[in-house]
Amino acid sequence: MSKILVIAEHDGSKLNPATAKCVACASAIPGADISVLVLAASAGVIAAQAASIAGVNRVLTIENSAFAQALAAVIAPAVVGAAGEYTHVFGPSTTFGKDLMPRVAALLGAPQISDLMAVESATRFKRPIYAGNAIVTVECAADSKVVATVRTASFEAAGAASAAAPIEALPLAAELPTHTRFVSVTAARSDRPDLQTAAKVVSGGRALGSADNFKILYALADKMGAAVGASRAAVDAGYAANEMQVGQTGKIIAPELYMAFGISGAIQHLTGIKDARTIVAVNKDPEAPIFEVADFGLVGDLFQVVPELEKLLGQKA
Amino acid sequence: MKRILVAIKRVVDYNVRIRVKPDGTGVITDGVKMSINPFDEIALEEALRIKEKGQADEVVAVSIGPADCQQQLRTALAMGADRALHVQTDAVIEPLDAARIFKALAEREQAILAILGKQAIDDDCNQTGQMLAALWNRPQATFASKVEINGEKALVTREVDAGLETLEIDLPAVITADLRLNEPRYVKLPDIMKAKKKPLDTLDLASVGVAPSERLRAVKFDPPAQRSKGVMVKDVQELVEALKRRGLA
Repeated sequence: MSKILVIAEHDGSKLNPATAKCVACASAIPGADISVLVLAASAGVIAAQAASIAGVNRVLTIENSAFAQALAAVIAPAVVGAAGEYTHVFGPSTTFGKDLMPRVAALLGAPQISDLMAVESATRFKRPIYAGNAIVTVECAADSKVVATVRTASFEAAGAASAAAPIEALPLAAELPTHTRFVSVTAARSDRPDLQTAAKVVSGGRALGSADNFKILYALADKMGAAVGASRAAVDAGYAANEMQVGQTGKIIAPELYMAFGISGAIQHLTGIKDARTIVAVNKDPEAPIFEVADFGLVGDLFQVVPELEKLLGQKA
Repeated sequence: MKRILVAIKRVVDYNVRIRVKPDGTGVITDGVKMSINPFDEIALEEALRIKEKGQADEVVAVSIGPADCQQQLRTALAMGADRALHVQTDAVIEPLDAARIFKALAEREQAILAILGKQAIDDDCNQTGQMLAALWNRPQATFASKVEINGEKALVTREVDAGLETLEIDLPAVITADLRLNEPRYVKLPDIMKAKKKPLDTLDLASVGVAPSERLRAVKFDPPAQRSKGVMVKDVQELVEALKRRGLA
């Protein structure tokens, strides 16, 4: 039997939707027994949310004021302390999981599968390499624990459980280092949907030309209830914030609708959107590679198309 | 001596269009241009800038892999690294093995910092820096977009999903470089000539006390599922109608 420990991601008050996707991935392993581990200053509400995810057998909590911020160096020893009897330890392939899980793997002396996208067996998995240009099937040694970051865009979130799983508080069985200290986080407070989980995403590239011009995308996004993303070129140019970057080294997303405006479609960008249900591309250049993957392509000037779209999308059919 | 260790991985160049071999045993790398992993180039640039500010005395470039890695180490020396270490092996080096090797070297060199690219653009693992920090039992500041050294400490700004996070870490520490940390300098011809005279030492796995762990086996390689090309619409009106038919507008 596979015993899988899923590390919950949260912001101190609520569970990140990535956790339910990790549970879905863990459930794909035959005979999976799944525990979710919540490390928090105060775990109650988050643990209750985790306990209501279908497929979760139990929720484990470790509370400590040092967990008020998710610092990998501080959290990893606690995860390792709880991981003893588990065959698999999973976390999401978000910046939280990417930072934490390799540290956990190294402390456990275990290999890591990064961006796990499909489960073939308890020891065999698929993952993308070369910016998604190839998919490799990897077999882990049977006598090893398996640590993985789960490519959340590859899994539908597990649904709600009919009955909540039991919650159990664990003692902290590790000494926590003090060599790493949280100073601050500056997040653009946004009342728009979260880019990683939004059903609709409106995204802009270098062709937007300035941070000011991005406002037309924000207006369209607000009309549609969409999140706003950006290509690397737009972020590098300072038109959009770093957390808006979609692609190989930014966010990998799988919305119902992805609308790319003035994005040429470098392979590194396409790898971040290819799981979107519907892709719309608007670009002046009819040869732009983005049109190769778009369900609907429109050759045109985004500065005319975006306001027109905003007007028409508001009308009821 | 304040020393910074920088990881240099030889990878298929950023601009090469990767194709999977027809028999699924790997990707085609014959005759393909090879370069320093772009994130490692950023890591090296940051180390050089720290040294140029007088906050470090020596920058040591380290590469692990076959004999050809020396080309990338020579480039690193031309960029400004003071010397290079090549851990030569034809074995498959998993990230945890690489971390063990870097740990042995970080201790041997008494490094104050190890700077690595946040991921290599071939296997896209994003593991080695974090694993090194764990084994070395030191702080990690991953996905760095700004680094400020203040004596025995560093302030590092990190690109995280929520925005920008700043950490204070005690040195020695591991930093992994994100895209916007800096823009690496271009190598000038005289620097390439000078680099030929800089020391490049070759080590083997035994001398760093690491044997390949062979925990992971690549069973097969497949090309990714292709999205089929859709339709071109002639104007916004037609686009909106198409979206409405899919229930998206």
